[in-house]
Amino acid sequence: MNRIAFTLNGQPREVVDASPNLTLLQWLRGPAGLPGTKEGCAEGDCGACTVVLVEPEALGGPAYRAVNACLVLLPMVHGRAVYTVEGLADGDRPHPAQAALIEQLGSQCGYCTPGVVMSMFEACYRTDLDEDWKLDDQMCGNLCRCTGYRPIRDAARQVAGTRPADAFSAALAEARPEPRALSYEGAGGRFFMPEDWAGLWAARAAAPDAVLVNGGTDVCLRITKGFEVLPALISLEALAPLRALEAHPDGSLFIGAGVHLSDLEAFARDHSPAVERMLRFFGARQIKNRGTVGGNLCNASPIGDLAPIFLALGAVAHARGPGGARTIPLDAFFTAYRQTALAPDEILEAVSVPAPPAGDVRVVAYKVSKRQELDISAVSAGLWVRLEDGVVAEARFAFGGMAATPARAARAEALALGKPWTEATARAAAAGLDLDFAPLDDHRGSAWYRGTVAKNLLVGFFLETEGGSGAPRLPYRPTGTVQVVAS
Amino acid sequence: MSRTPLHRPSPHESALGHVTGRARYVDDLDAPPGTLVAQVVPSPVAHARITRLDVTAARAVPGVHAVLTAADIPGVNDIAPVAHDEPLLAEGEVHCVGQAVAVVVAESYAACRAAAKAVVLELEPLPAILDLEAAVAAGSVQGDLHEMRRGDVDAALASAPVRLSGTYRTPGQDHFYLETHAALALPEEDGALFIHSSSQHPSEVQAKVAEVLGLPRRMVRVQVTRMGGGFGGKETQGAHFAALAALGVRATGRPVRIWLNRDQDMTQTGKRHPFYSEYEAGFDEAGHILGFKVKTWADGGWSMDLSKAILDRCLFHLDNAYYIPSLYFFGQVARTNTPSNTAFRGFGGPQGMAVVEEVMNRAAERLGLDPAEVRRRNYYGDAPRDRTPYDQVVEASRSARIHAELLETSDYEVRRAEIEAFNASSRVMKRGIALQPVKFGISFTHSVLNQAGALVLIYADGSVQVNHGGTEMGQGLHTKMRTVAAHALGVLPEAIRVMATATDKVPNTSATAASSGADLNGAAVKQACETLRGRLAEVAGTTLGVPPAEVVFEGGEVFARGGAGRKLAFGEVTQAAYLAQVSLSATGFYRTPDIRYDAKAGKGKPFHYYAYGAAVVEVEVNGLTGEHRVRRVDILHDVGDSLVPTIDRGQIEGAFIQGLGWLTCEELVTDAQGRLRTHSPDTYKIPALGEAPPDFRVALLTGATQHDVVHGSKAVGEPPFMLALGVVTALRHAVAAFLPAGAEVGLKVPATPEAVLRAVMGA
Repeated sequence: MNRIAFTLNGQPREVVDASPNLTLLQWLRGPAGLPGTKEGCAEGDCGACTVVLVEPEALGGPAYRAVNACLVLLPMVHGRAVYTVEGLADGDRPHPAQAALIEQLGSQCGYCTPGVVMSMFEACYRTDLDEDWKLDDQMCGNLCRCTGYRPIRDAARQVAGTRPADAFSAALAEARPEPRALSYEGAGGRFFMPEDWAGLWAARAAAPDAVLVNGGTDVCLRITKGFEVLPALISLEALAPLRALEAHPDGSLFIGAGVHLSDLEAFARDHSPAVERMLRFFGARQIKNRGTVGGNLCNASPIGDLAPIFLALGAVAHARGPGGARTIPLDAFFTAYRQTALAPDEILEAVSVPAPPAGDVRVVAYKVSKRQELDISAVSAGLWVRLEDGVVAEARFAFGGMAATPARAARAEALALGKPWTEATARAAAAGLDLDFAPLDDHRGSAWYRGTVAKNLLVGFFLETEGGSGAPRLPYRPTGTVQVVAS
Repeated sequence: MSRTPLHRPSPHESALGHVTGRARYVDDLDAPPGTLVAQVVPSPVAHARITRLDVTAARAVPGVHAVLTAADIPGVNDIAPVAHDEPLLAEGEVHCVGQAVAVVVAESYAACRAAAKAVVLELEPLPAILDLEAAVAAGSVQGDLHEMRRGDVDAALASAPVRLSGTYRTPGQDHFYLETHAALALPEEDGALFIHSSSQHPSEVQAKVAEVLGLPRRMVRVQVTRMGGGFGGKETQGAHFAALAALGVRATGRPVRIWLNRDQDMTQTGKRHPFYSEYEAGFDEAGHILGFKVKTWADGGWSMDLSKAILDRCLFHLDNAYYIPSLYFFGQVARTNTPSNTAFRGFGGPQGMAVVEEVMNRAAERLGLDPAEVRRRNYYGDAPRDRTPYDQVVEASRSARIHAELLETSDYEVRRAEIEAFNASSRVMKRGIALQPVKFGISFTHSVLNQAGALVLIYADGSVQVNHGGTEMGQGLHTKMRTVAAHALGVLPEAIRVMATATDKVPNTSATAASSGADLNGAAVKQACETLRGRLAEVAGTTLGVPPAEVVFEGGEVFARGGAGRKLAFGEVTQAAYLAQVSLSATGFYRTPDIRYDAKAGKGKPFHYYAYGAAVVEVEVNGLTGEHRVRRVDILHDVGDSLVPTIDRGQIEGAFIQGLGWLTCEELVTDAQGRLRTHSPDTYKIPALGEAPPDFRVALLTGATQHDVVHGSKAVGEPPFMLALGVVTALRHAVAAFLPAGAEVGLKVPATPEAVLRAVMGA
């Protein structure tokens, strides 16, 4: 089959013979003749290309989801509804998101504006923008160099969650999952989008060298920034088993590898505050709307932000291949720089988090970066202790950005075990980090900075959880991810 | 005057186009079929002799129509705005990574990339100077030095009760306009060209393209509809890409489009100048500055571009708002093997002010005084405390008034006390507060540039087109010009269309730069409109039976003063004028009076006036990570009688956050081979929405009419950028709270979390 079918601004569209490496952005600006959507970076860091997809299977029901069109390959929208900035106004009457931006003078040069509008459009129809930080999180993936953001924030606040009774609300109510299975060939490239395991194994057999892709927020960079040609791709995003998201009565969690980070964020709010806390500093809304749990872990970057907190929670990876399924403890999953323990024919199906042990358990996730929003970590950490009578009975200190892989700090953990959980113990354990790690040294942070911050985070973890289990909820705008309120 | 849009809020003139995606930028334009694309083949090294450049294989790559080198330039191989030191395409040597060696013109960007790989470029490495300090140490400089002196500074320093000395470095900054450089060159008849350029300076694009092609300027017309941001980055450097596209047209006979992706834009174009300064300062025990000696060097990169004027403006702002009794300032442009640095909002001013602000901070900390109070004590005042280092008299300084009003409205004293109490009881978090004044000189310091023209066309139906020499880059210039024209003609703003800036409408324009766009073009538009109104008043007076002087134009209506008699629609009057054979087009022209500067003597009156403002900034620092947040900002800014207050507020807020980025999170990191490592938003972090303070209060100074400027207004583009220097002072306040009493605060900029943590830990 060489046909990609989707709807664009409410109209059915078909594309034939396009390269599966063509991005949605390139198609919009080129063949579709819709240059309203802009390219500012081609790497998902500026948001000028933001468009909206309907996500029929979002947690909590069908939802509009803002995504970076530069990181969406055209076949990925097969079976989807796409909206661009050109599709919002009703004739000459602007959509409320557009009208608010005009009223607040939220555009100056106007180049980031189409993307800003589309992020506001998602905000308009969200039902869960119940905390101030979520609005900043919603909008932080749209860089603007002119306004200083105050008017954009005010305009977004004006429309967020208003869900006007309009054609878009109606369309959302009617959204149903469409068949998305695709086996596409065009312009010398192949793109497979299986919906079940059999389809996946068949695709892998048909294209053994194909690159696996899920949300595409990382793989697409090879195309848009590295100018690589990826002749065969297998997309996992239509694979139903990967979207499992379960919270069990004992507190254990089962999280499918294909779960979008925005859905994990909503889920974690009720089931894992530590994971939610990491997601608050994770990427931007557009990235979270496409990026997946499996992608973040299998990418195996030294600074993958989910890895440290999952390591600290004692998570287990669930792998599946044509021969069956197996589990791998997450601390054996990352084998080397960008290498995992998955066999060549396996994929990550899910990650599970064991039930938290009874008693006094304290856990926090941290992420420190040059900029708090939408930045790659200098250091990330997942820190977990179980205390018995105030003494450290178990410790899992996991860090990102400190070594070639996300890793536990064995020496630091050993130095804490059996000791009373005091600031002195935290400091002593922190000193062990110098033996555990030789941190990276690059433009995101010097080795000195990473090493110092890692140690300070361990002390901050103690201070922050000194009062008892868990950690304080973060205020709207914390100064840094460590939140030590009391002296 | 109840129905004038002047001094009233207005949305941005293109807002509906922006939010619907209908507003077009250069790379959005529908190009004719057959349009080719062009890409630069950049130098991979910082400095080398070209021993072989062979493009034969590259020309054979499928889809490639031309691969052009210096040898293919029919006119002059020079793209420099001033110094004639910058070949468009390298000849003999390459001087920085990213310098254009050749340009590929092909059917696709993929073909361009393939051809670029096929270019044979053999290079013999030459020693490279990659940073400013190395250039200063090696004596690698370009252009003349600039000096200013007053009194016996050495004696003043020797006898000063408090002496400070040190060095200070301010970093570069990428413009990060969201729209990268772009041009579309279209062939016209007889070898002429029509160029759409994303440029702040269409006349210079026209001039440089004409020189490169060996054509008279009449054969090149350049049009700028709008830019997706400029900030100075498109003052000179857009000409390069327009000229390369024009060369492509000449070589292929087909339209040629050039557009830089983000990595190309960041690695191939210049940035804000880093400055390195050595200073000595003397204060009395009350915090009055007595003497100030500064030697400063700007990193010009490999060629001059606008570096001389940028260095000049740095020296003109080493005083900021403070009277300095004795001084010696020395400045020179250094030459390094990096892309040629260029204009960026503030144009050397921020870099100059940063030095004196560092000194004010250190003096206050040394003396145990509130840094805001030290600043207040040093403001310009009555004679003899009214003379700048270059002997311009500061008339009616507004610093003290703004200071007093802002302290009051921001509740500064109470909050400072609260912060001291908070810091005494908080271990991990500390807060800081600061007041930052700004005084910024308005005019191009190269005096001849202070001129502008306009061409206003009225059609018989009463609708109006306004052409002027300024370009729209988001700053709202067209909104202001529409307002000025609507006021002058007494029509509604909607009756007026502000046209794309075009060199065939208004010739010989200056760049839209130096915050001067509204001042200069506004005066020209006003003059043209008033000329036309005078002609229409004659016509209407005849109809209404009153003398022309008694005819009022307001809200689209024309009537006799008093409003008692008949009311004509504006369109009726213009139709009558047409029938009466009255000309309905007029030009306007303006030049700034009475400005001059003698660079040799370091004396003169380079500025028409000064813009003032102040900010109170409150921050919080996390002592474990160095992360920090701006909690609240209060700004009181002097824009005179604002032409359009909503537009001015946008400029103030945007400038502040851009300054915040320069000073806190934007970090240009270059490797040992001179390659920029932070060349996309993945690694180069401009402020995101979260950086905007949750509490951001902006007020415009009232009762601040500026004489001799259009409708009493003032320039606004650059001055508020420097208000962000208050973030550094506030951070120092917070950092000091972590340190033993009296310890020196060693905070570098950009004050990234790492820089702040180093200051907190004394590391």
